[in-house]
Amino acid sequence: MSTIEAKPAGNDPESAHHQSDAHGDHDHDHPSFLAHHFDTPEQQYDSGKLGIWIFLVTEVLFFSGMFCAYAIFRMLRPEVFEGCSQFLNTKLGAINTGVLLFSSLTMAWAVRCSQTEEYKKLTGMLAATLSCAMIFLGVKAIEYSHKFHMGLMPAGFFSYDPAHPHIEGGPNYLMWLCLPFALFLIGIVVWLAVAFFQGDKFKIAVLKPLTVVALCFFVGVGLGTVLESGSDEGHAGVHDEDGVGEHSDDLASASYLPDEATAGRTEFGVIERLAGDATNSGLKGELDALAAQSEIASGTAVLNDDADVDSTIHAAPRDFLTPSRAGVFFSIYYCMTGVHAIHILAGIGVLIWLLVRSVRNEFNRQYFGPVDYVGLYWHLVDLIWIYLFPLLYLIR
Amino acid sequence: MSDHDHSSADDHREGYDFAHPMPVPMLLTIFAILVFLTIVTVAQASFDLGSIDIAIVMGIATVKAILVALFFMHLLYDKPFNLAIFLSAFVFVGLFVIFTLSDSRLTSKDFIPVDDSVITSPAE
Repeated sequence: MSTIEAKPAGNDPESAHHQSDAHGDHDHDHPSFLAHHFDTPEQQYDSGKLGIWIFLVTEVLFFSGMFCAYAIFRMLRPEVFEGCSQFLNTKLGAINTGVLLFSSLTMAWAVRCSQTEEYKKLTGMLAATLSCAMIFLGVKAIEYSHKFHMGLMPAGFFSYDPAHPHIEGGPNYLMWLCLPFALFLIGIVVWLAVAFFQGDKFKIAVLKPLTVVALCFFVGVGLGTVLESGSDEGHAGVHDEDGVGEHSDDLASASYLPDEATAGRTEFGVIERLAGDATNSGLKGELDALAAQSEIASGTAVLNDDADVDSTIHAAPRDFLTPSRAGVFFSIYYCMTGVHAIHILAGIGVLIWLLVRSVRNEFNRQYFGPVDYVGLYWHLVDLIWIYLFPLLYLIR
Repeated sequence: MSDHDHSSADDHREGYDFAHPMPVPMLLTIFAILVFLTIVTVAQASFDLGSIDIAIVMGIATVKAILVALFFMHLLYDKPFNLAIFLSAFVFVGLFVIFTLSDSRLTSKDFIPVDDSVITSPAE
């Protein structure tokens, strides 16, 4: 082990902090930020970089599993995706994309600040990145709570009813989603007040930006609320071709008849009405057959449309809004966006750690690895959202 | 200030002056391009381009991803090995997805358990 000479403070007067770079003739010194097993700070940085890139590879593969599930289901049932995508608010998704892109910018800028030793700016940039992340989560909370209220749940819990889109009386999902963040905000504010009275400058310097960060979650919630009420996204596309029993929860679709097929094929739509009853399964099959026939006769259907090996004639446009099919779509949706949100949460945690370190001025032009590595992770999270957004929200 | 001037003394130390701060104009330009491409993506969704729809969308997303990777993630100025590692991830993702997709095409069309026996779905 090399001898670590206690560095006389006088040699590096410009370093107010003790992790000074080893200037001049202090070859065998190692600054406190340089670990023993590395020769130079650059080697340390490169090693860490390699490590984080390998981690990012595992993250990519992690998400690729879900993307594969998406691809399979979309390949097999494209109409389910087109139909259910209408429930996703494109505006909110676009806002979230913009917010994450901006957070990527501030994160890259933060990396630059750590390299140029602009300390206050670094803290500011990290706080900005954190705020964007919180806004993202706030908008997500609005999206999720809105869907929960409509019963658009994963498979097995799916209970959307076009006739009654908004489920009356159910827990206030938005409140429960906001609760942890509200507690976080209150905790930070209380801590800040205590630190203020104690005159603890360090804590104040850390907690002030964190207050802004915690508030930004509710900025996101507000933004989502404003935009959500401005646009009506969920209710187009499912037309109630009624003739069907309405009240039961099990009825997730009113339009089991294909749109092209005209009702009144039978007199007074009697058969349609009877087919609405679960017990008359044969009538339903008959209606389907009639529909398929008219489809083929009118030429609107293309036979053997799918390239599947065992394709059969299913000319009638399939009903996508069934509990199992739409449920699978929403399972995929919640899985992908939920796991992505968990990654955002983890990123928030790590960024807070970085923020604290930055207030301590721990980074300098030879030691900025942690900021760089977290930056890489954050860019990857942004990358994943860049792919998620068009795949989920922009299907037609 | 000591006689070791910060800005010039680092050059002779190999392994100490390796920081490559990205210029702010570059960061802002890349951000502007990304936002522009996002707007393009959202706009094209309102046009029905048929079967190349998803190809265009994925193409734009890939361009954005490349911009983020090369500039924000610094790969353009980095050691090429890091780029090789990152690209290899997508090679394996490609293998994974291609094999799985082609296999699922050959199996039964729809393996989703249709447990909503009540009314709603057309019979399989």
